[in-house]
This record gives sequence, structure tokens and C-alpha cells, in this order.
Amino acid sequence: MAMNYNSKDEVDGGPPCPPGGTAKTRRPDNTAFKQQRLPAWQPILTAGTVLPTFFIIGLIFIPIGIGIFVTSNNIREIEIDYTGTEPSSPCNKCLSPEVTPCICTIDFTLEKSFEGNVFMYYGLSNFYQNHRRYVKSRDDSQLNGDSSALLNPSKECEPYRRNEDKPIAPCGAIANSMFNDTLELFLIGNDSYPTPITLKKKGIAWWTDKNIKFRNPSGAESLEERFKGTTKPVNWLNPVYMLDSDPDNNGFVNEDFIVWMRTAALPTFRKLYRLIERKSDLHPTLPAGRYYLNITYNYPVHSFDGRKRMILSTISWMGGKNPFLGIAYIAIGSISFLLGVVLLVINHKYRNSSNTADITI
Amino acid sequence: MTEPLRWARYHWRRLVGGTTRDEDDRRCNYSSLLACGGKPAHTPRLPGKHRIVVPHLWPFKDEYEKFSGTYVNNRIRTTKYTLLNFVPRNLFEQFHRAANLYFLFLVVLNWVPLVEAFQKEITMLPLVVVLAIIAVKDGLEDYRKYKIDKQINNLVTKVYSRKEKKYIDRCWKDVMVGDFIRLSCNEVIPADMVLLFSTDPDGICHIETSGLDGESNLKQRQVVRGHAEQVNNVFSVGHETKAMLNNSGPRYKRSKLERRANTDVLWCVLLLVIMCLTGALGHGIWLSRYENILFFNIPEPDGHIVSPVLAGFYMFWTMIILLQVLIPISLYVSIEIVKLGQIYFIQSDVDFYNEKMDSTVQCRSLNIAEDLGQIQYLFSDKTGTLTENKMVFRRCSVAGFDYCHEENARRLESYQEAASEEEDCTGTLGGALGDVASPGAPGCRTQNPPLETLYIIDFFIALAICNTVVVSAPNQPRQKIRRPSLSGMPIRSLEEIKNLFQRLSVRRSSSPSLASGKEPPSGVPSAFVSRLSLFSRGKLTSPVEEEGSQGASSSACCTETERSSSDAGLANGGVEAPAGQPPASSLCYEAESPDEAALVYAARAYRCTLQARTPEQVMVDFAALGPLTFQLLHILPFDSVRKRMSVVVRHPLSNQVVVYTKGADSVIMELLSAASPDEGSLEKQQLLIREKTQKHLDDYAKRGLRTLCVAKKRSGRPAGGARAAGSGEAAGDGPGSRQAAFSSPMAKLSWLFGFLQTPLHLRYFLGATGIEDRLQEGVPESIEALHKAGIKIWMLTGDKQETAINIAYACKLLEPEDKLFILNTQSKDACEMLMSTILKELQKKGQACPEQASLSVDLLQPPISQDSELRAGLVITGKTLEFALQESLQRQFLELTSWCQAVVCCRATPLQKSEVVKLVRGHLRVMTLAIGDGANDVSMIQVADIGIGVSGQEGMQAVMASDFAVSQFRHLGKLLLVHGHWCYTRLSNMILYFFYKNVAYVNLLFWYQFFCGFSGTSMTDYWVLIFFNLLFTSAPPVIYGVLEKDVSAETLMQLPELYQSGQKSEAYLPLTFWITLLDAFYQSLVCFFVPYFTYQGSDIDIFTFGNPLNTAALFIILLHLVIESKSLTWIHMLVIVSSILAYFFFALAFGAMCVTCNPPSNPYWIMQEHMLDPVFYLVCALTTCIALLPRFVYRVLQGSLFPSPILRAKHFDRLTPEERTEALKKWKGAGKMDRVTSKLAEQAADKSGRTPMSGLPAVFAMKAATSCAVERGNVSVCETALDLA
Repeated sequence: MAMNYNSKDEVDGGPPCPPGGTAKTRRPDNTAFKQQRLPAWQPILTAGTVLPTFFIIGLIFIPIGIGIFVTSNNIREIEIDYTGTEPSSPCNKCLSPEVTPCICTIDFTLEKSFEGNVFMYYGLSNFYQNHRRYVKSRDDSQLNGDSSALLNPSKECEPYRRNEDKPIAPCGAIANSMFNDTLELFLIGNDSYPTPITLKKKGIAWWTDKNIKFRNPSGAESLEERFKGTTKPVNWLNPVYMLDSDPDNNGFVNEDFIVWMRTAALPTFRKLYRLIERKSDLHPTLPAGRYYLNITYNYPVHSFDGRKRMILSTISWMGGKNPFLGIAYIAIGSISFLLGVVLLVINHKYRNSSNTADITI
Repeated sequence: MTEPLRWARYHWRRLVGGTTRDEDDRRCNYSSLLACGGKPAHTPRLPGKHRIVVPHLWPFKDEYEKFSGTYVNNRIRTTKYTLLNFVPRNLFEQFHRAANLYFLFLVVLNWVPLVEAFQKEITMLPLVVVLAIIAVKDGLEDYRKYKIDKQINNLVTKVYSRKEKKYIDRCWKDVMVGDFIRLSCNEVIPADMVLLFSTDPDGICHIETSGLDGESNLKQRQVVRGHAEQVNNVFSVGHETKAMLNNSGPRYKRSKLERRANTDVLWCVLLLVIMCLTGALGHGIWLSRYENILFFNIPEPDGHIVSPVLAGFYMFWTMIILLQVLIPISLYVSIEIVKLGQIYFIQSDVDFYNEKMDSTVQCRSLNIAEDLGQIQYLFSDKTGTLTENKMVFRRCSVAGFDYCHEENARRLESYQEAASEEEDCTGTLGGALGDVASPGAPGCRTQNPPLETLYIIDFFIALAICNTVVVSAPNQPRQKIRRPSLSGMPIRSLEEIKNLFQRLSVRRSSSPSLASGKEPPSGVPSAFVSRLSLFSRGKLTSPVEEEGSQGASSSACCTETERSSSDAGLANGGVEAPAGQPPASSLCYEAESPDEAALVYAARAYRCTLQARTPEQVMVDFAALGPLTFQLLHILPFDSVRKRMSVVVRHPLSNQVVVYTKGADSVIMELLSAASPDEGSLEKQQLLIREKTQKHLDDYAKRGLRTLCVAKKRSGRPAGGARAAGSGEAAGDGPGSRQAAFSSPMAKLSWLFGFLQTPLHLRYFLGATGIEDRLQEGVPESIEALHKAGIKIWMLTGDKQETAINIAYACKLLEPEDKLFILNTQSKDACEMLMSTILKELQKKGQACPEQASLSVDLLQPPISQDSELRAGLVITGKTLEFALQESLQRQFLELTSWCQAVVCCRATPLQKSEVVKLVRGHLRVMTLAIGDGANDVSMIQVADIGIGVSGQEGMQAVMASDFAVSQFRHLGKLLLVHGHWCYTRLSNMILYFFYKNVAYVNLLFWYQFFCGFSGTSMTDYWVLIFFNLLFTSAPPVIYGVLEKDVSAETLMQLPELYQSGQKSEAYLPLTFWITLLDAFYQSLVCFFVPYFTYQGSDIDIFTFGNPLNTAALFIILLHLVIESKSLTWIHMLVIVSSILAYFFFALAFGAMCVTCNPPSNPYWIMQEHMLDPVFYLVCALTTCIALLPRFVYRVLQGSLFPSPILRAKHFDRLTPEERTEALKKWKGAGKMDRVTSKLAEQAADKSGRTPMSGLPAVFAMKAATSCAVERGNVSVCETALDLA
């Protein structure tokens, strides 16, 4: 009865019985898998066996490193700090909040001409755009043109969700703190008549961001009508539909805005501001010479010891100037090569004891 | 409700307890069970609480409804869940686990808006997945039970139907209390029931109780194999049956490795708290700098600003959520899966398959497979575990003469090979018996044949009847067929036999011959056989009429129908020894112990065939005398206290009441010497016989035979002596037997009064038997290998000292050159003194041997290393063990045993066995394994860390209590050395890898906190973060944990030394854990800072920065596993490659589809961008290389400069067979050379500073193993310290 069943179950029970065990016999199948005899690659890590690996790594890494290093060195880059904390700085006057608008001008000289397309960045230091509560204070649906989210933004935007009973568009702390300095670049020619450099506003954001992720609210009317019922972020001077005159670069799809909304990973960062396109193959994009930077100084960073910079940089296949990667590759390649040599010695010395069947020590 | 439950439990325990321990008690229970089911009188604590069962018949309809309505039906349900309660109940049970509660806490924590780190739903995911996996596992398990339940419930039995007035088929589940059930032969009993009627004229039924207690032999109280039919009244059904009430859940043990891992999980918790505190503190400080900067300290929705202190406090909890992965939730699930896989492979191992029993290894405990790799002490039972427990009658000593029974042994050795051969052997034996008429047989002693013959007759009669063997015909087991017994039986006249006996007894009493009898040539069977010739002749010449008038029932003299084949006999585990007589060969004997069966078969081999047995009489067919029917007056069954059993019978020829006693030699000898008869000459003669027999007994024991003595006692008064003799035996046998006497009918009490007036009569010593318990196949090899593996083996046996020592030598537990110490004292003080003497000597030797200079101050580290040349064995008897186990001597005893390679405990009781295990396990804190096959090993099996049951001859109780069940001892070798080693290394490496993986990954998040103001930002998309552990990196470690093979099985078997790495927990030491953690920290640092420096100052955004980090981490973590793996099959490759593919597929798919989902960590198009960016690849490659370089270099250097034995052994797998044998030789040889040379060196260095203790220090170095033995002569230990070598 029950007792019989119980005991049998107790005995036979437990883990899954080997399948294939038919009622006839319980003999386990004699297969390579079940008997754990599967053919296997059994790497034995000894000096002899891994020697080639180290040399190969060394041989591959060192050229790559040199390549990267050279590429990085060929990149032209210039940084102009215009925070204005030093009393000598032309922008020092702009630190006091009374002066509005404050425009300052900084001179600089390019020793060598910049070939090819030149990217113009603004850089901020000590600015924690990656702060958790800052990062999440946005509403992607609103930015995607969702009409319900436009008028009723996500709670994550608090406390920058509503202002005076109107929903803020774009809501949230990120949008609210958008960078709003204006930078202009002039080449001072020999005739001391400054030539403005053409700065391209479009093409600085990711194509997917501009075309898919960020969308203005739908509607046939003008952009202003589509943003009806919303209010501008507290810190902004103008509402979102007045960011630019170009309808393709206005509202949520304004590229300056899109770039700002892609929050930086580290507290010191740069963001693409403008493009300086090469005009012809004959002339350098930015010839060597004297330039001045015209800044409309709005963005306060002094209070948190932040710094503001303007960066001009050419680019390569590997992006901006960064010597680290090349050096690191060269270093690791060299170390690997060195280890290879050390192992060669070890292998030679201990060959008898480690590499053959005679395993005694 | 609880009262009847307790009642049933009480009864059940008594029943079970009776079968295992106390034979007398069992009888008692048996009778009560059969007679009355459950009389209130037998439930002392619950008077009046009993079950009223009303027959399910027409006249009792009302009562039936009244009483039986309250009883449950016979449907059983062993499942835990139903469809409805599965979810709540399973959840409830799962949340009993601390880990699950912790994760539930995290989920709840994430619902607090202030500390929320992720989206609420995401945090729930891991917990939900883990709960779901476990729930599915539980559900499947339960479903399997449900299916079996259903099958059982729908079995059919015959139940009496009230309506149809006949027995009809009905399902088991529909059986009600009060039903009448008719059972036939070989049917299974559907419920607890009371026997009402049996077709057996004696009203007996036999049942097998293997379902209850695992014993497969028949018990008289029990059911149906001997009868056509029986009728029972159902007593209790379904869940009220005793079996169900007694059914306890499965065993749950926690392995050493898991305990180790649990402490490290606690370390991880500490680490987590430290990291979170750092985060909280850092955030507080950071925020205090920017308290009023609204950029960073974003106000609460209601506009107020959080103070830095409060923000820091919140941050602590946020960080706990963020870094929760540090506590590996998937670790427990993975461990369970890995263990299932390991168990699957253990059970699939074809080497464990036993063709004969069609059984393989059973893993009954799923949790402790890895403990198999760490065993340090092995406690083994002897009988049935090391030996086969197939008893073979080898020698006997009758009346002081030693006889050999080589044919039997030889035949038995060959019977397994072919059935036809067996026939031949039988023929030979029969022929030998037939040829006995030839008087010229060598060694045939003619001196006083009648006296010896009398002894021999009595001896064999005693062997045949002094037992509880059940006789049956093999083909239809226990199916007795009665027929007139007179036909065709060789019959001899009563008169003639009487004459014979009278003549014999006259001669005997007047014969002093034995006193001067020369020593017979022992081991010559023909002499023995020839002496039997007398009876053969007699049988041929004179037909005798049957003694019908002797017994109460003349029909009781029955014979068996002839059945061919001896298969059943083999299957029943008895020793099958067909005699020359055709009818006898078809008989089958089933005994409670194999010894009994062996004796009965031996008797049959000499034509003293036990033909039938009923409660009243025993019929023996003695070749010479024809069938004799002994009236059974009383049976005093065997019990472990008295160590003997007796039968009281009325002798059919002399009409005298005779008591035959059979028992352990010590007991019988004691009894004999206690009796002081007045007949001088007889006494003298008996004394002589005893002396000689004692010598034989010692000899038997030295040969490793189990010995039993047989004695007879005859009442002086032929007519009325029955009672006297019966009660005399009873009275003389102490309390146990007295109880048995009282339990018999009241009439028997009067015997006692009869006895009080009768003087005690003489006991005749008949002889002794030597039964061989052969070693199992491969036992010595296994023990040798286990010794080499550094496992200390203790043999715990109930056998006597000499037998035990002998078996110990035979199975190589003790080596001939071992120094043997024997602890056999009668008092505690003596024991203490002896132990200290031995210890002193051992320590002196230890000092003499250089490498043992460290004295055994610390018990945890036994001073004797494996390589030690001083080998010692300790033998301790049960009585002395009792002293040694006492509190005050424990420490000394353990210290002493730690010096010994092997310890043999003989005459140990089951309780002592478990106490020894407990002592060693508790005080030395070592991993213990107990292996045994019988009920007496159960307690030991349960106490040890790992209990192994040998499914052998003695039923299933040991198996039921065990964690693993094997069919033979030799399987232990592979189980420990290969599977144990593998399971341990695999699981420990996997656990370490899990810690590494989680720490390495979580630290990426932690390092990022230093660059985001400790604000709890994650630079990785939450889904990837969760899936990273749950999907992308979960399968490879599991595969690694199941399939990793550091050394091949062949090498592990050939080099048992490799096992020691597991004993020392080398794969998972506390240091290993911290090194692993350190490596994880290093790797995470590299993994974070290489991308950090690469992208420093650039326009990279948070999640684009996280992507290469994540990808590199994936490669690092997977390649780390490849470096750690010792063997990689296509399965490894497949899983690793598919993990990588799954990661990229997920990242790409998610990046393509998720436009606005998953705010704020929006992964939109990030992976796609990176896939087109060469820097991404460069960063990932560089990061992976730098991160893995140290470990890789370390492994390479380890492999070249300081390879562990495991690594060195790994080379073997690459060699050709010839090279391999060569290398093995070198390995072993080198080990020895190494030892000797190092010792010589040490010796030389030591020599100046040390005063030689033994006087010949150089000997030790040169003579190695024998040196200590040589020196033994100088040392007088004590009388009791023997050296059998």
C-alpha cells in the first residue's frame, strides 16, 4: 500500500534518473557525454605553451599603439578658457550678475593651420551632469513629441515640471540648465579687419537623435501653436520654439538643445557647439594666425568652481586628441613582449621539469 | 486528532524498533498486532484512545456510518501542493530563505521614492526569475509525486461488496475502514489491516516487510507469500496508516563548502555595507559643497532642499539597491543547478552499475555531493560492507575434531560463473557422499565412531533446527503443498533407531577415548564424510516407518513438491547448497541472518535436510535416519544481549526433551563453564573438547571466519522434562528470555514451576562452526587507494577481535609491517594507563623519525603525515571503547588514534559506532564518511557528514538512511577519488568565480560613483545591468561547474594522492577567496579606468561611456573563465559564444527599438554607433588584455615554476599509454626517493643537535617502513599490546 510506494519512492527518487533507462535495465548509457569523456581542449598554461601568445600580443599591440599615437598627435586642438575667474581675464567682468548681457572677447593665436573640418566645442569642468537626480529629470516622451506628455510631463521632472500651473516644455532639470553662452569666432587678418568664421549649427547632434528621438509636437500650425499651453523652463530666456529661426532647428529638434540633453558621463566634458567646414582643398579651414572669440557670457559656473572653455579641434578616425590609448597600447605591447622574453628564459631553464612527461620537481 | 496520531506513531515505532533491535520485543508486537490490531492495553499512555472499526457489512450499517464516517479514505496524497495553493504556498516556503527575504527587502526598498535607484519593476526582475525557476523545479517534483500517487491510488484489490455479496475489484483509493479484503499470494497490501482468516491450516501468514523496514526476508507475522488467500479487515487507511504517519521528509544537509560559501556571502554583505557607507559619506560631503547649487542639489517636488546629511542617509539605501548584485542572488540558484548536474553525472557513471543487482549509485541527498571530495575519516562497517555477507560454511569442529569443508567453499566460489558447473559440483558432492561406503578412505579414523557419530548427528540436527529459517519451494515462493508424506519416503523402524541411540549413548558414557584421542588431521573432508557412511548404509538397508504418533498433528510432516532451479535460492540471498537428494535441492531457506541460512545449507549438504517448519514442529530429513519430526516446545529467539538462541524440542527417538543452543563462542563457553555437573569423566571429556574447540575457534578467527558454537542440553527426565528444560533454558538466559517466556501462553508459566523443582542438567558441547564471510571484490584495492588518498579508515564491527583483525589484514586496512596496538582492558584506569603508555611510545618514535618531530599538541593536525614511515594500527574492543569514549579519556583516545593509520573497533554496538563517529567529527572537526549496509549502521550513517549505504544482503534500512547508496564497497573508490574530487573542485571554483564575477562587475558601478558625486548613477542601461548577471554571464559558470575536469578520471584513480587537495580544501581556502576578490577589484579598476582615460574630457555621454565598460566586462568575465578552465569542450565554447552573441543581440535590438522607453538610461542607438567606431574595439581589446594579464601570467608561472600535484598530473592525460605508465612509475618512485633523500638530509642536519632517543637513529632513515617494527623488540608496551605482524 502506501507504505510500499513511499519506500520505493524514497529509494528511487531524487534527482532525475538517467533517461534512456528503460524499464528493463538501469544501466546508464555509455556515451561520451554521460561518462564525461567528451573530447576537450585542455589548455596547459606553461611558459612553453603560451610563449607565442605573448609575442603575438606584443607584435600586434605595439604597431597599433604607434598608429594611434601618431594619429592622435596629428590632431590639432586648442583650448581657450574663458571662465574669467582671473582678474586679468577679459571675461572677469561677467562674473558679477549685474552685467547683463555681458559680452567679452578673448584673443588667441593658432600657431599652425587647422586642416579639414574643425569642430568647435564648449567645455565645462566640475559640472556634474551625471548626477543621478539630474540625469533622470527629463521626459523622453515629451521630447519625442508626445502630445499628452507635452501637457502632462513625467513626475521625474519635478520640481521643474510645472511653472505657474503650466507644464514646462521641455521639463526637467537638464533642460532647465541648458548652456546658453553664445560663441563667435573671428579671424584677425593682416589688415586688422576681422573676418567672421562661418559656424555651422546643424549636424552636431546624432542623426538618430535629431530625426527619431527628438521630435516637435505634431500639428499643422506654427511651432508656437504646437507648444501652446506650455511654458518655458524657469532659467530660459526664450521659450523652446524660439531657440532658432530655422524651423528645422527649432523647438525640441534644436541641435544645441539635443546635444545638451545627451548628459555627459564625467564632470569634465566638452560638447560639440559648431562645425567649421572645409571650404576648399587649397585653403586650410583655419589658417594659422590671430583670432578672437566673442562670448556672450550667460552661463554661471563660478558658484560651483566650474570652468568654461572653448575648444577647436580637428578630428581623425579615432575622434579627438587623446594620447592615452596609443601610449597604453605601446606599453602593454612592450610589457607583453618583455614577458615573452622572460618566459622564454623560464622555459629554457625549466624545460626538463615542466614541459615533458617527467614531471618531478 | 493528535491523540490517535500519537497512538499510531507509538505503535509504529515499537513495531519498527522491534524489527531492528530487539527480537523479543518484536515477537511481542507481532503477536499483539496480529491478534488484536491495537488493544488498549498496548497503548499505555493513551488508555481508551483506540480505533473502533465496524465491519462494512449489512447488519452493521448504522454503526458503520456512525464510526467509519469520520475516518479518511484510502486515497493518498504525498504532494505538497494543489493547483490552487501552489503559488501562495510555494512563495511562502521560498521566502523562508534568508537570501530571498533580502532580495524582497531590496524590492520593497526600491518602492520608496526617496532612495529609488532603478525603475521599480526592474529590481523585481531577478527575484521573480529566481523564484520562478525554483517554483518550476518544485512544481515538477511535485507533479512527479502526483503521478505516482495516482498510479498507487488506482491499483486494484479485492474488496467484499455489501451489495453484490462477493469480492469485487476496487481501486485502492476507494478502500474504506471496515472493508473486508481478500489478498492472494504475492499481492501488495493496500492498507493497515487485521488478519482474520488465512487459508493456511495453521492460520499463519508470512509477509515481507521490505516496504516498511527494508528487510526482504519473510517474517511470520507478515503477509502473503505462503498462502493462497487471506481475508483481512481494513484497520486504517490512507493517511492514517502507520507508514504514512511515519513518513518523514527528505534529508537536508548542508555541505562544508556551502557553509564556507555562506560565510563569504556574509563578507560580501560587509563589503557591500562598506561600499554603501563610502557612497553615503561621499555624497554627503559632495553635496555639502554644492548645497545651494540648484544644478546639483535639485529640490524636492515641494521645493525644499534636502540637507546633505539626510541626502547621505538616503544615498546609503540607494547604493544598497544599486550595488545589490554584490550579493549574488543567482549564486544559490546556480549552485542548485550545478549540483543537479553533478548528481546526474554521478548517477550516469556506468562504472557504478552492478549487473547482478541491476542497480547503480543512488544519490539520495542532493546537497552534499561536493563533500565527497573532502573526506578525511572513513568509518566502515565490516560485514556486508567490506565483506559480501554471503556466508559460506567453511569449517566445523565437532567434539574436538576439526573438519574442513573445502568443497563447499570451492563450489560456492564457482557457482556464480555458470549454472551447469554448479550441477557438476553438486554431483561431485553427492558422489562423495555416495562413496562413503568405502572404508579405506584416507584419514578415516575408526576410533570410537559411534560417539563421534552421535556428536555429529546432534551437531547437524542442531544446525538444522536451531534457527528460525523459513522453508519454501523456490518457484512458487512460500507455497506449501501438502500431500501424504508416507509415500516414497525411506523409512526405518523406530525400534532400530532407538537401539542405535541407546547403543551409542552407552558407549559414549563409558568412553574416555577422547581424552587420549590423537589430533585428527584437520581439513580432510573425506574423514568426515566417511563417518557419515554409517547413516548412509543404514538408510539403504532399513526402511523405517514414520513416527506419526509423535507429534500432535500427523499431517504436519510435510514435504515440498519438487521444484527445479536454484535461482530463487540465490535471489533470496541465502547460500544455496543443494544436497545429493533430489527433493532437497528444490528447497529454499530464508533466514533472518545469512549465518543461519549458511548453517542450514551446510547441514543439508551433509544430508541433514530441514524439510519443514511449523510453529509446533520441525521436520528434518536425516539421510541415515529418515525424516524425523521434532516437536517444538519452545523457541528462544536470538537477541543481541544474550547473543544466542535456543530451541527446546522433544527428540523423536529418545523422546527426551532437548535444548539446542547456538550462539557466540564467548557466551556458550561461559555458559558451559558455569554449569558444574557431577559426572566426573564426562566433565573431563567435555573440558577437553572445549579446550580443543577453543583452539580451533582461535584458528578460525585468525583465518577471518565467523564463529558460532553449538551446544545441547538434555533433560534427565524423558517424560516430564520438557517443561523443566524449556524453562531452565529460559531462566538461565536472563531477563530477555524471561520476558519471552511470559509472553507465551499462560500454560507455559507452569513450566517454570516445574523447573524450580528440577536440578539443572548438563549441557553438552557439540561443536563450533566457522563461516567465511568473503571480502567483496576490489575491497583491498579500494582501501589501499583510499589510504593513499590520505583518508583515515576506521573499521567498526560487531565481530570479535580476531576476526576483525583478520579481515583488516585481508582488506589491507592493516599492513603486515604495521605496528599494532590492542586496547582490551576491563577497567577505565587500565585503559587510561595503557593509552598513555602507547602514546608515549608512539611519541618517542615520532621524535625518532625526523619529520614527526612536532608532537601532537594540536589535535586538529594529526602528527602523522601521509608519507610517514611509522605506521601504526589500533585495535580497540567494545568494552574498552566504552571507557575511551568517556569524557575524561576522549582527548587522549583521539590523540592516540591520530597517530594511527587505521583503527579497528571490534565488538562495537550500533550506538558505539555512532558515538565514535560523533566524537571524531565533533572534536577533530574533520569530514567524516560512514558506510554500512545493515540496520545497525543506520545511526552511524546518520551522524556522519556523509552516510553511504551499501545495498546488499541486509535489507534497505541503511540505504534509506543514507545520502548515497552504492551496491559495492569498491565503488567508493571512484565515488570519492573521482566524483568527489570533481564535484568539490568544480563547485568551489564555480562559487569563487561567482564571487569574482559579481564583485568585478559591481565595482564598475562603484568606481563610477567617484565621478558622479556619489549620487548613485548607473552608467549602464538598467536592463543590461540586470540581464548581465541573469542571462549573459549565468550559463557559462553553470556549465563550468558541471563539466569542468581538472584531471581525467583515470589519472585520479591511478594517483589517489591527488585527493588530498580536496581534504585540505585547497581549491577554496579563505585566502583564495580574498585573492579572488582582490583580483576582482583589480580587474574592475582596469575595466573602469582604461575607458575612463580614453574618453576623459571628451563629449561622451553617460550611457555611451557605459557601453564599452560593459562590453569589456563581459569579455573579461568570460575569458577569465576560459583561463580558469582546465578543459573546454564544445559545450563550453557553445555557451560562451552564445552568451556573447546574446549580449550583442540584446544590446543591438534594444538599442534599435527603445526610443523613449527605459528613461532615463536610454540606450537608443548607442551600440550601433559603437559598432562602427574603431575606438570602441580598441578600448575593449586593451581593457580585456590588461585586466586578464596578471591572472594569466600567474597561471603560466604556476604551471611552469611551481605546479601543484593536480597540474602535474594533468600532463598525464596528454601522454600515450606507454609514456603514461612510465611517468606513473617515475612519479611514485620519485616520491619515495624524495622522502628518503630529504630525510637523510634532515637527519644529517639534525644529528648534531639531537640526542638519539632510540639508540639507532640511522636505522630509521635507511630502513624506512620496517624500522619502527624492528625496534619494537626494545619496547615493552604492555601485555595487551600485540603485534600480529
